[in-house]
Amino acid sequence: MQNPAIEYDYTVAKWFSYLAILFGIIGMGVGVWIAFELAFPELNYVAGEYTLFSRLRPLHTNAVAFGFTLSGIFATWYYVGQRVLKVSMAESKFLMAVGKLHFWLYFITILLAVVTLLTRYTTSKEYAQLEWPIDILVVIWWVLWGISIFGLIGIRREKTLYISLWYYIATFLGVAMLYLFNNMEVPTYFVAGMGDIMHSVSMYAGTNDAMVQWWYGHNAVAFVFTVPIIAMIYYYLPKESGQPVYSYKLSLLSFWGLMFVYLWAGGHHLIYSTVPDWMQTMGSVFSVILILPSWGSALNMLLTMKGEWGQLKENPLIKFMVLASTFYMLSTLEGPIQSIKSVNALAHFTDWIPGHVHDGTLGWVGFMIIAAIMHMAPRFYKREIYSKKLLEMQFWLQTTGIVLYFSSMWIAGITQGMMWRAVDQYGNLAYSFIDTVTVLHPYYTLRGIGGLFYFIGLFMWAYNFYKTMTAAKQIEKEPAFATPMAG
Amino acid sequence: MFSWLEKNPFFFAVGVFIVIAFAGLVEIVPDFAQQSRPVAGAKPYDLLKLAGRNVYIKDSCNACHSQLIRPFKSETDRYGMYSLNGEYAYDRPFLWGSKRTGPDLHRVGNYRTSDWHANHMWDPISVVPGSIMPAYKHMFTNETDLETAYAEAVTVKKVFNVPYDKDIDGDGKIDVPLGSFEEAKERALKEALKVAEETKREDLVQMVKSGKIPEIVALIAYLNGLK
Repeated sequence: MQNPAIEYDYTVAKWFSYLAILFGIIGMGVGVWIAFELAFPELNYVAGEYTLFSRLRPLHTNAVAFGFTLSGIFATWYYVGQRVLKVSMAESKFLMAVGKLHFWLYFITILLAVVTLLTRYTTSKEYAQLEWPIDILVVIWWVLWGISIFGLIGIRREKTLYISLWYYIATFLGVAMLYLFNNMEVPTYFVAGMGDIMHSVSMYAGTNDAMVQWWYGHNAVAFVFTVPIIAMIYYYLPKESGQPVYSYKLSLLSFWGLMFVYLWAGGHHLIYSTVPDWMQTMGSVFSVILILPSWGSALNMLLTMKGEWGQLKENPLIKFMVLASTFYMLSTLEGPIQSIKSVNALAHFTDWIPGHVHDGTLGWVGFMIIAAIMHMAPRFYKREIYSKKLLEMQFWLQTTGIVLYFSSMWIAGITQGMMWRAVDQYGNLAYSFIDTVTVLHPYYTLRGIGGLFYFIGLFMWAYNFYKTMTAAKQIEKEPAFATPMAG
Repeated sequence: MFSWLEKNPFFFAVGVFIVIAFAGLVEIVPDFAQQSRPVAGAKPYDLLKLAGRNVYIKDSCNACHSQLIRPFKSETDRYGMYSLNGEYAYDRPFLWGSKRTGPDLHRVGNYRTSDWHANHMWDPISVVPGSIMPAYKHMFTNETDLETAYAEAVTVKKVFNVPYDKDIDGDGKIDVPLGSFEEAKERALKEALKVAEETKREDLVQMVKSGKIPEIVALIAYLNGLK
């Protein structure tokens, strides 16, 4: 269904794809390192204070969320946007310039983030650690991205917005709102005229600060790890499989349902804290309701494969995407379970929470971005994918890694939660805190190994991508559906 | 309606924004003022403690330690009285954390001493065998950034009316004096010396006497104040 008159320009999409691979390797490399630090604490001292767990942990989360994932989101936007709107970036010098500026400012921001986090500049708020000058940079390139989205929409030939676009627009608006409100801070230098110019103090205090932070933190997950990834799967899965989206009505229900319900659920991070009880309950209840729109999207994708399940055997990219949907279902069932008050009492503060985050991010986000970029590569370079075998191996290695990761963290989390509350026959606490730490050693080791598997998979991905770019067999025509692959 | 929205991006975007903004308004706004109220007896951090709190933040102690005791017997037995909303009134940012790789610290001042902290931060395993916490030796040589902490205190006093230099409990005395930077620094040095002596480490005492406060001393002052 391609319009032969349009020659799409993938310059910016390519650049962001390189960054996704680069930041994927850096961010997850740090992740594997700190995972092993928990099992083998000597690793903390490898590079003095710069490899302390507490220094690297924010670097890991920022590098994967805002380095790897956002790069993937932008790469796919600069590819999908043109194609579903039937307009090329090359048609507008302005939008091309905006795209390139977006890329460079983004790149500089992430580099600054790495440097400042390593040199102890942090606001301490999770996923919002960056200090105010970097926040301003973020706002600038976020606005540039908005100009790119609405600019391209402004000159579109296809009048109806495809489902993926709904989700990209929602990502833009959602993150803009959340980021602005949560990062409200007063730079102290400008009020007092002394001290560190980078330092700022939060606009909110105590419980209010916590509420705004988790309204942000939870929904950063929504609008970075969920909404734009759904945008991707709605494009790449039908494209790769040649199957139409199963149900328009289901996509409508899931989209508007997700938009409305997701934002309420932030309160589940604050159960049994000092925020008002009614808000904790709202957070809990809406988290359970959230299963509906989440599973709606995932089922819509799985049913898109109806009658075509044979492709799962033939095509590793379909494998990645179908398993991504499945992990999305697992993660969006697990989250609501953890939000139920009595379960939360056990799970909160334990390793079950990072376990939950990682089956979502590694399984759903990571797999979808990997599949999207490998779908695009042959279309970028007019070459086949270099090695199907390597892609298959990567898939199985990484899947094993994820399973090791979440199963070890389930056990670790529930073990620790149970030990914290265990009492002896007289009602005294049965374990001192350190008992509940040393018991986790085998699970921490296993988790590190799972992460390592996934990390090795990233190198296979990078190598395959590089070879596709430079050495794979050339193809004459852009493939319409299934991506061609060599052995 | 939906197919119309899908052809009109502007109204589509407005629609999405209204739908997503709704929840935040309903959940956050109504209780905002009430939640800002300090509990009786709550006082803002003095300069040294505020500087120590910034050290806590700089090295992301909150990545592994919570400051939120939940209202369960297993938690109050282990950590003390459950946390109250008004105790956090002067916490900018809040430091509840989300993961207890190490224990909660909200009332650590009740059951740990300065020398315990100093020994523990220098070599955790020597104090808690089996601990996976790393040592934070750079805090023993780095000088505390009092100027930035002072700038923060002045900022919250001016912008958010945090009651420095005020009589909070009505006993006719100023509760948490701030004053000029020189005054505040002198007070901080005095308090730091006390903490440094409690750690029984000569290097820390000497450093404070020479007019420089090691980060570890400020951090311990902050931790001792968590009660």
